[in-house]
Amino acid sequence: MNASATPIPVKIVVAGGFAVGKSTFVSSISDIDPLTTEAAMTKASEEVDHLGDATGKTSTTVAMDFGRVALSQELVLYLFGTPGQDRFHFMWDELVRGAIGAVVLVDTGRLEACFPAVDYMERAGVPFVVAVNAFDGVLRHHPEDVREALDVPAHVPVLVTDARHRAAVRDTLVGLVRHAMTMATADA
Amino acid sequence: MTESDTDDNFRAFRVRPYLLTGGRTRAAVDLPLEALVRTTESGHASLANQSRERHQIVSLCASPQSVAEISAHLSIHLQVARVLVGDLVQEGLVATHVASTEKTTERPDLRLLEQVLDGLQSL
Ligand SMILES: Nc1nc2c(ncn2[C@@H]2O[C@H](COP(=O)(O)OP(=O)(O)OP(=O)(O)O)[C@@H](O)[C@H]2O)c(=O)[nH]1
Ligand SMILES: [Mg+2]
Repeated sequence: MNASATPIPVKIVVAGGFAVGKSTFVSSISDIDPLTTEAAMTKASEEVDHLGDATGKTSTTVAMDFGRVALSQELVLYLFGTPGQDRFHFMWDELVRGAIGAVVLVDTGRLEACFPAVDYMERAGVPFVVAVNAFDGVLRHHPEDVREALDVPAHVPVLVTDARHRAAVRDTLVGLVRHAMTMATADA
Repeated sequence: MTESDTDDNFRAFRVRPYLLTGGRTRAAVDLPLEALVRTTESGHASLANQSRERHQIVSLCASPQSVAEISAHLSIHLQVARVLVGDLVQEGLVATHVASTEKTTERPDLRLLEQVLDGLQSL
C-alpha cells in the first residue's frame, strides 16, 4: 500500500440558522455536487433532544449536506453544512471534532437565527468567523453593527460574504483559516 | 391507525438501519466523518466474495472516499457506514488515514493550516 497516495482530510463546519444559505455556500465551492448523509440520534444525545418520547425512543435523524474541495494532491477539504437548531447540537460535537473551525453564516434580516451557533462555537472553543451573507449583494447592516448585535468577541472576525459566489466563499474560508492560525499561535 | 401499529412502525424504523451490521451500532475503529478510506490490495482481491454493501464500499474506495461520502453514496446512515468500514479496516480490506483517537480530537496544527491556506489561495 502506498500510504502517501491517500490525501489528508481536513474539514470546516458551515453553521447558521434556517435557510441562511449554508447549502448554497457549500455548493459554490465544492468540486462535487454536494452529498447528503444522515445520522440517527445517538443515545447520549437523547437527553438534549425534546422530540424523544418519555421512554427515550426517538426517530430523529439529521441530514447534513457536504462538499469536497481538493486543495492539492495531498489535501482534501470537506465542508459540512449543519442544521442550526439547538436540538441538533449533538451533531455539532461530532462535526467540530478535529475541524479547522466554523463559518457561522448570518442573514442580517434574521440575526437572532445564528445565536445558537455563535454561542456553541464560543463555548466549545472552536475557531470561527461570522460571515454576513449579503443576499442579492445587499448588506442591510454594517459588519460592526452585526458584531455588536450578536455580542461577538473582538478577536472573532466578522466578514461579509456571498454564498452564491465561489470567490467570496473562498475568501471567507481564507479568513477562517487565518483566524485559526492566529488562535493556534496564541495557544502554542 | 392503532397505537400498536405506530409502535411497530417505530420499531421497524429504529432497527432496520442496523440489520446490515448485525445490530451493532459501534464501529471497531474510531472514524471521524472526514476519515479517508482507501481499498487495499487484499480489498481489491476480495471483491468477488463480498456482500452487497461491503462490495460497494470496497469498489467505491478504489479512490479515497470519506466515511461521510460512503454513507451518502450507499444511502446508509453514517453510523452504519462506520460499523461496516470499521469491519473492513480490521480485516485489512480497506485502510484509513486517521487512526489514532487522540490525534483526531486535536485541531490541525500550524503547518497543516498553512498548507490549507496555500491550497485555498490557489483555487
Ligand atoms: N438571493 C439570494 N438568495 C440566496 C442567497 N443565498 C442563498 N439563497 C437562497 O436562499 C434559499 C436558502 O438557501 P440554502 O443555501 O438552501 O440555505 P440553508 O442554510 O442550506 O437552508 P436550510 O438547510 O434549509 O437551513 C435558497 O433558495 C437559496 O437559493 C443569496 O446570497 N442571495
Ligand atoms: Mg441546507
